[in-house]
Amino acid sequence: MADWTDAEKSTISAVWGKVDINEVGPLALGRVLIVYPWTQRYFGSFGDVSTAAAIMGNPKVAAHGRVVCGALDKAVKNMGNILATYKSLSETHANKLFVDPDNFRVLADVLTIVIAAKFGAAFTPEIQATWQKFMKVVVAAMSSRYF
Amino acid sequence: MSLTAKDKSVVKAFWGKISGKADVVGAEALGRMLTAYPQTKTYFSEWADLSPGSAPVKKHGSTIMGAIGNAVGVIDDLVGGLSALSDLHAFKLRVDPGNFKILSHNILVTLAIHFPADFTPEVHIAVDKFLAALSAALADKYR
Repeated sequence: MADWTDAEKSTISAVWGKVDINEVGPLALGRVLIVYPWTQRYFGSFGDVSTAAAIMGNPKVAAHGRVVCGALDKAVKNMGNILATYKSLSETHANKLFVDPDNFRVLADVLTIVIAAKFGAAFTPEIQATWQKFMKVVVAAMSSRYF
Repeated sequence: MSLTAKDKSVVKAFWGKISGKADVVGAEALGRMLTAYPQTKTYFSEWADLSPGSAPVKKHGSTIMGAIGNAVGVIDDLVGGLSALSDLHAFKLRVDPGNFKILSHNILVTLAIHFPADFTPEVHIAVDKFLAALSAALADKYR
């Protein structure tokens, strides 16, 4: 789907290697539900999401944040093949979960912000550029089975 | 998505905290945008150096952030307060308004980097809404 230089591949591995999914996943999903409250439509069974505090303290949100971020691992380990890697996950989101694919871009942007907050100045403009390219490809692959 | 009284007070309080570093944030956000979204470079073809930290990027980042700071001051009437800037962007600069969202995202990334403790989810939603309202006001005169 996209071409990756060796430098880009190692940048993505290096960034991902420093991300603790158990910490970042819940932070990212929680922030999506707070900043874009209409996304709560997909989580009716998760219990109390009525306030920011409730969302950040909700164990189901945290667990699901870990699942969603954990799935990014597949893309990091298969950068040459991201389209194929997410084919069935894309189909599931389109045909079973009925998730608006615009949400993939929303999550990607919030995840970038959460990672930037963690890394600080170490998340240089150049590293951000490579990370955003990776996010763009992941979002395109996750959107690819929506017809 | 109009700004509530709470949004406005959160934005004003946060801007008070960051105002000392506004120039740095503006320069960095612009540099990040030009690096991570290279299509935005087309609007700055007359600059010799588009790299983060270059003189024109620093200067222009500071100009932009100053204007955003002024917008905080007119937060109750962004369309009126930004009318002249909207004319500029609509008729002289002719920047595609889609790019306002891109710059806004890079401002949020830069704020998260420089103020990780203060850029809470509550501040994030208020600032995101404010930048969206500002972008709409900036695009107001386009057609």
